[in-house]
Amino acid sequence: MSHVAYWLTVWLFAVGLYGVVTSRNYVHMIMCLSVVQSSTYVLILEVGYRHGSTAPIFLDVPVGTPAVDPVVQSLVLTDVVVGVVVGALLLSLALQAHKRTGTLDPHDLRTLVG
Amino acid sequence: MLVAAVIAALSWLLPRRVVDALAFVTAAAVAVMCAVLMSATSTGRVVEWLGGWRPHQGLAIGISFTVDQIGAGAALLVSIRMCAVLAFSPAYFQEEFEHRHSILLLVFLAAMTGFALTGDLFDMFVFFELMSVTAYALTGSRIREPGPLQGAINFGLINSLGSFALLVGIALVYGRTGALNLAQIGHAFAGHAADGLVVVAFTLIVAGFLVKAGVVPFHFWLADAYAVVPIPVGVLFAAVFGELGLYAVARVYWASFDGALGAAQPGLRSVLLGFGALTAVVGCLMCFLQQHVKRLLAFSTVSHIGLFLVGIALFTPNALGGTAVYVAGHAMAKGALFLLVGVIVYRLGSVDEEELRGRGRGLRVTAVLFAVGGVVLAELPPFATFAGKAMIEDDGVRMGFWWMPLLFAATSAVVGASILRVAGRVFLGWGPREPDRFGADVAGEVEVDDEVEHPPHRRTPVLLLIPVAALLAGSLALGLAPGLSAKAAGAGAAFEDRQGYQAAVLQGRDTPPPTVRPEPTSASAVAYGLASGVTAVGLAALALFRRRVVPAGLRRRAASMFEPAVIRFRALQSGHVGDYAAWFAFGAAALGGLFALAVK
Amino acid sequence: MTTRARFVLMAAGIAGLAALLVWGTGGLQPFGHGQSKYAAYLNANAVHQRHATNVVSAVTFDYRGFDTLGEEFILFAAVMGVTLLLRSQLDERDDAPRDRAEGRRAVDTSDAVRVAALGLIGPSVLLGLYVVAHGTITPGGGFQGGVVLAAAPLLLYLSGRYLLLKSVHPMHALDLTEGTGAGGFTVVALTGAAVGSAVMANFIGKGQMGSVFSGGTLPVFNVLVGLEVAAGLTLVLYEFLEQTLVVRRS
Repeated sequence: MSHVAYWLTVWLFAVGLYGVVTSRNYVHMIMCLSVVQSSTYVLILEVGYRHGSTAPIFLDVPVGTPAVDPVVQSLVLTDVVVGVVVGALLLSLALQAHKRTGTLDPHDLRTLVG
Repeated sequence: MLVAAVIAALSWLLPRRVVDALAFVTAAAVAVMCAVLMSATSTGRVVEWLGGWRPHQGLAIGISFTVDQIGAGAALLVSIRMCAVLAFSPAYFQEEFEHRHSILLLVFLAAMTGFALTGDLFDMFVFFELMSVTAYALTGSRIREPGPLQGAINFGLINSLGSFALLVGIALVYGRTGALNLAQIGHAFAGHAADGLVVVAFTLIVAGFLVKAGVVPFHFWLADAYAVVPIPVGVLFAAVFGELGLYAVARVYWASFDGALGAAQPGLRSVLLGFGALTAVVGCLMCFLQQHVKRLLAFSTVSHIGLFLVGIALFTPNALGGTAVYVAGHAMAKGALFLLVGVIVYRLGSVDEEELRGRGRGLRVTAVLFAVGGVVLAELPPFATFAGKAMIEDDGVRMGFWWMPLLFAATSAVVGASILRVAGRVFLGWGPREPDRFGADVAGEVEVDDEVEHPPHRRTPVLLLIPVAALLAGSLALGLAPGLSAKAAGAGAAFEDRQGYQAAVLQGRDTPPPTVRPEPTSASAVAYGLASGVTAVGLAALALFRRRVVPAGLRRRAASMFEPAVIRFRALQSGHVGDYAAWFAFGAAALGGLFALAVK
Repeated sequence: MTTRARFVLMAAGIAGLAALLVWGTGGLQPFGHGQSKYAAYLNANAVHQRHATNVVSAVTFDYRGFDTLGEEFILFAAVMGVTLLLRSQLDERDDAPRDRAEGRRAVDTSDAVRVAALGLIGPSVLLGLYVVAHGTITPGGGFQGGVVLAAAPLLLYLSGRYLLLKSVHPMHALDLTEGTGAGGFTVVALTGAAVGSAVMANFIGKGQMGSVFSGGTLPVFNVLVGLEVAAGLTLVLYEFLEQTLVVRRS
């Protein structure tokens, strides 16, 4: 059962996607999107984890102490920035859409069809 | 020298208020750098380690730029198109052209070049994300109307889902191989049988890139976004996402996954061929049904992306080289057509085929260029689109896919016909009035485009037409270039040479590229090309004059037979982002399931 | 598509995807046993090679610094994009700014929130600066510190002082800071090419291990990123607040 931890990613991805598909409000939908994104954070950090290691910061501990993977942490940093940025852009689009049309419901905001 | 290319790609940022001229010069400089780079890669790969972190005993530590001919060519192509756009924009936008637009466009260029040149999987993600973020903002920049906002939201949401799939794939790959460099991953995968992790990681990475490329059933966002972008930006989008997305699929497969999945190649081939053919057919049908001209061009892009995917999916050097040529020819022609729509909007203030009918009579040069663009997309010899598709379909026929020439001829004829039909109606006023054509009223195609606030102009500035003519001439010149197919096949072979790629990246050893026997263009390919051109003209004429040609009884029967299906077909493009996300989930799962079957 | 059809399509898709993901992650090392050669190499050598005790920072700004360059641009482009998207239009006018959105039930900020928020402004600035400055030694760095710094104006808003926030309104200064952050990053990266061997080469002396200035270009990048992140986030915050609180459609 040592792979159960990875199923968290599966769950977050699935549940976030469910939210995106069924959401009736753009702001809510964008939050669901960030749930999908958090599944990527979790997985990336998990693949670098190692039992019994410390953070890869060798100020108080000597070099050679078992430490977790520093690369994945750097990748997640990038990933987080991407998430923030995409969220901000989509929210500003949703804000403008609300201002122009008075609705945030994807069912009502349909000018592009066919 | 590679460093110089990078500097050129990024140095735009220093001045805060970039004047148009400076932006253009920067883009032109990037184009020149890419051309130099392309000639430098004719003999071998150029590998550059950023930060000077060379591999330590075959272990990649830093990020590499690994450039071969196709990568440099892709970068060259996008920078050429950026030049055309930046030359076109000032005259088109006039005073409303904000400096923020120029800056975003240059970031976009930097992202595309970086993406085409990098040799690192995660770096690819970063640059694709940079490209997308810039694109979301550019798409939604006309914030006064709901259309662009909705298009941009659909675009952003679906593409983000694609990115996350890609990222999960990258995490799986890193968890297995502990590497992010493409060559290093390939090295780690080589010689092991493909298991679940490899298949799933490949699925997710490919699905992520196919979302960006706009392959059915991930294509819905594309038409929505392309239909609403400001036209000069549309020129860039047209096929940039498609070509770079597919480039990435090919790159990742050949550099990393070929070692593990090579044994399953026939199975993967049929899966990807299926997706490609489906995309080509759906795209061309939707294209023919549109009357919003920008949307029509968007669906024609979808159709061609399907054909490119077919070319890549054959997994042969000839077909890959042919795809590169095809992409180049198509990109120039499609860019030119988008710019011509820009000219139409500039002069007549609309993008609706019906509203425009006959109003373009005075625009002779525009009319001729538009028709030429349509013919190029119909793959008439001797344009580059023909040269490319001939290489693909000849290889396809040799491998026993007899239907391939038919697919190419039929789909591109329909696309060409749609464009010629628009040309006939707009510039000559031909054809009957039919405002509710093909159930457009039922499906509710709403006019979203009133992007020109100023009244239509009386004259067309020459500056608007020069980039168009240059792009079309480029497509012709490329098609006539001597020894094109041999060079392209050579580039394809070098691209597919995994061992050579690894040696160049990890050991810094340049191996001689594998030799390929270039195949002469077969007579049947020429025949198909001509037939496709003629069919395009015929179909366009049929669409315009069917009341005169086809008896009324037959027309009514055909209408009653096909109309419900057509309406249902168009309704799939529902504009509801939840639908698109559902299609994404379904498409990715189907792709994975089929890959799994192919590997078993 | 009907709601039902969408649901069926989605259920099939998500079930398939979930099955694929379970299958795929099953091929990973058991949880807690992952360690790549890449990581092992960096953990063993980064401190020695870069005199930076925080290996994550060394990876972010040096070994894989090019990613971070791209990331900087993502942030830059997005802030540019948000200001483009939230620009005010001709048909809009600025209302007299109020501390709450239109049509909301008025709830006064409670004293507790106000005191807590105001009290936290100073510490958050200080903490942000500390985190940025010590990014190469201890946990933290430009990104983290920048976010903490950007919390200060947010706290000002939370404390019910939007009007105060607006009156300081250093839009141009923020623009400039943001540009300096992104531009400076590029300049330092390219200086590496001019002075050293390659783009992003680490060309400054690596300094005494454990001191604030150790790690060569790392602290420089940290500070620039900190500037960029703090200014960028504050700009975004301003734009959103202005859109919701001030700009009205006429």
